[in-house]
Amino acid sequence: MSRRTETLLWVAQRASAAVLAVCVLAHLATIIYAVQSGLTGAEILARTRGNVAWFAFYTVFVLAVAVHAPIGLKAVLAEWLGWRGRARDFALIAFAVLLAGIGMQAVFGVFA
Amino acid sequence: MSAVLKVRVWRGGARGAYREYEVPRRESQTVLDVVTHIQRALDPTLAYRYACRVGMCGSCAMTVNGAPRWTCRTHVDKVAQDGRLSVAPLKNLPVIRDLVADMREFFDKWARAQGQFKGGRTRADDFERIAPGSEARRRADAAIECIGCGVCYAACDVVAANPGYLGPAALNRAWTLVNDARDATNAERLRAVAGDDASLACHTHLSCTERCPKALSPTAGIAGLKRAVSRAALRGEL
Repeated sequence: MSRRTETLLWVAQRASAAVLAVCVLAHLATIIYAVQSGLTGAEILARTRGNVAWFAFYTVFVLAVAVHAPIGLKAVLAEWLGWRGRARDFALIAFAVLLAGIGMQAVFGVFA
Repeated sequence: MSAVLKVRVWRGGARGAYREYEVPRRESQTVLDVVTHIQRALDPTLAYRYACRVGMCGSCAMTVNGAPRWTCRTHVDKVAQDGRLSVAPLKNLPVIRDLVADMREFFDKWARAQGQFKGGRTRADDFERIAPGSEARRRADAAIECIGCGVCYAACDVVAANPGYLGPAALNRAWTLVNDARDATNAERLRAVAGDDASLACHTHLSCTERCPKALSPTAGIAGLKRAVSRAALRGEL
């Protein structure tokens, strides 16, 4: 991996962290609101189904996770297990795709 | 103050062991005084390294009671615990013998970080005029007093986890040059300090800043390098 790519990934991880900070706070506030108001699963689904704003918010959240986590894991694998190189990078791309896939499946689950 | 100090000293190479010596306590005694007493009065085979004895040369750093320190300016009063002292070579570097660590890798990394000044002017040119109060000059000033003792490198957890990491001292040096308007090779230098084995690997644990005997903050310099290489990467200049 070139130094430029490594640097751009580092920037992407910091930028996604900034997005996640906002998303996590909004997500926690939503959970607290839903629990405090005693909303049922059906009531929650009634609010999320077809709601483009919620769909957009959680899509951004999931994609930020898919960007952020694998880049952080790259350093963990290198420093703790000494795993570097192409095989690791492909494994991490697969992990990013997996996170985005199962995350978006959940988002579609409450939207569609 | 007890009359005798019990000192455990590392003997041998990487697979050596501690040996205990009893050293008379004296007023204003430094750890380097203790080690020197052992070599001169108790065991002439002890290998250690020092030169100036006054905190300028950076050659006497060792691990004292588990932490890297400059031994010539470390008073026994401040570090001895119950009249006991433990002295070992610096961590994160190969041990040559006893208290002498092999510094080659440490200084090779300064070279890899493009730590050499390379001016762009000749003797026919006028001097570069640098305002003492300019932001870049003040940033370079804050980092310039490094004596190359290796304490920060031995204290760094990232070096321990990733032996390829350039380390705080080399990056601190690069940071002074990045802020030096006279240097003509900063594009090349930024390439050298970008990437996972250079500035971006720093986890900001601040161990280097806590341990630096000159009270410098390599962490702050590395943070500056991270910003500089990020800007360069986004502009396509890396």
